[in-house]
Amino acid sequence: MKKELEKRTVTGPDGQVFEVDPLKDYFCEATPTVQTGEYLQIVEDLFNWARSNSIWVLGFGTGCGAIEMRPLMTPRFDAYRYGVQWRATPRQSNLFIVSGYLSVKTLKRVVRAYEQMQSPKYVMGLGSCTINGGMYWDSYNTIKQLDDYLPVDLYVTGCMPRPEALLSGIEALKKIIREGRGEGANIYAERFEWYKANQKKVIQDWDMPDYNW
Amino acid sequence: MDFEWIKIPYALLSLFIVLNYGLLMTALVTKIGARAGRRYGIPIYQNYIDILKNMALRTSLTHGVMFYLGPVFRLSGGVGLLLFMPLIFGSEMFSNFSFAGDLMLVLYFIFFGMLGMALGAGESGSPHAAIGVSRGLSQVTTSELPLALAVFAVALQYQTLSITDIVAAQQHGWTSWTLFTNPLAVIAAMFSFLGSMMRPPFDIVLAPQEIPIGPPTEYHSSYLAAMQTNRMIFAVAKVVVYMNLFFGGASNWFELFIKVFLIYLFSAFVGVCFPRFRVEQSVRWFLVWAVPPGILAILLV
Repeated sequence: MKKELEKRTVTGPDGQVFEVDPLKDYFCEATPTVQTGEYLQIVEDLFNWARSNSIWVLGFGTGCGAIEMRPLMTPRFDAYRYGVQWRATPRQSNLFIVSGYLSVKTLKRVVRAYEQMQSPKYVMGLGSCTINGGMYWDSYNTIKQLDDYLPVDLYVTGCMPRPEALLSGIEALKKIIREGRGEGANIYAERFEWYKANQKKVIQDWDMPDYNW
Repeated sequence: MDFEWIKIPYALLSLFIVLNYGLLMTALVTKIGARAGRRYGIPIYQNYIDILKNMALRTSLTHGVMFYLGPVFRLSGGVGLLLFMPLIFGSEMFSNFSFAGDLMLVLYFIFFGMLGMALGAGESGSPHAAIGVSRGLSQVTTSELPLALAVFAVALQYQTLSITDIVAAQQHGWTSWTLFTNPLAVIAAMFSFLGSMMRPPFDIVLAPQEIPIGPPTEYHSSYLAAMQTNRMIFAVAKVVVYMNLFFGGASNWFELFIKVFLIYLFSAFVGVCFPRFRVEQSVRWFLVWAVPPGILAILLV
């Protein structure tokens, strides 16, 4: 545990002494709950259509595959015409593209960013590294199977996948969302204990709350 | 001026028309910007889907009361701006709640949303939001200065603070527009217009390429949907202010659509041609290039 995250007593400017517990004061520790569509099926279908046609990608380049996302924004592939946008903040994004190898250090940030996204949220694994470790299969500091740590909706294979493959992956994801199967956030909530145990197994210096949305 | 209840549904109708027009027009301008970059661009209806999607998100969290109120203030800034000025000149239906002395109110409403947003973003606690607020407020303050000077020049020129009277004074053919009777004020105001339209070279506050996305870093789901709605209304409302003050107003919806589109296109045109300023560069640019024409306009009137 980092020193700045430990409980401490602080004297305020007016001489008042109070206790600060950063993990409790700065983060919410309530665990996620399963949230299903509360509306009529026809409304939920409309929402799913809207969700599938407005995919906001978290601009967090986690591995070498991130380099394949740049051509998607530029004239040759222009993903914007398919309703795909890149956002700079997890709060506004609903698709997390884990682009290639994921080191344990990055996994920590990925978990934190994923938990800050609003549901329904989707995870796409890019390249063989997220499926079985790829060329890092015997590495000591990268994870082997992304599905053990986050609920993955879709894998795009290749090393690295070309932008065309990524676009086709996004089209496949749209189909999944429209059919109402893009419920990764609920799977994460249902199997929360299991995911957390897996995450804690690899992240040795676990100095964040269990859930930090 | 007497108040009539029928004005309320009329005002709501004009709000509805402006919202839809804003949604379509901003998408069209984005598309034009994309074409300038040799892209195809978003579908014309993308804004509707984005707002619907944001409202359809199942979870949302808040950081306190002010965090709730930030988007509300922002939206009331845009809606208030629209409702307190005449949209269509001479129309009983679409002159809204414009009374004498409404120019000051309009100036205030332009700034109001920004201040509310700053409070809400401050409450969110994200350091990126705080950086965005400080950048945004310093830029908006300097870009409002030439606008205020230009508005005073126009008010002095027509000897009135009523937007309706200012529009009425410009109804003698296009040579009677403020654009031709007081070009210095219009130049100062158009420079200021660039600053408030969130396009390059002045889009550092909300630029998607910046790591902190600015004040709305923490905003999501329906909060963000409210802010997107405001962005569509505010863009049109602000252009309508310019149209009324400087470009002769509009006597029917068609004229309004064309004029608003062309004035808005001006900022997009400058935006696709120039790279981005840093905040201190943009502040200096406003003080050096936009304020002097404003002062001259007041002196010459």
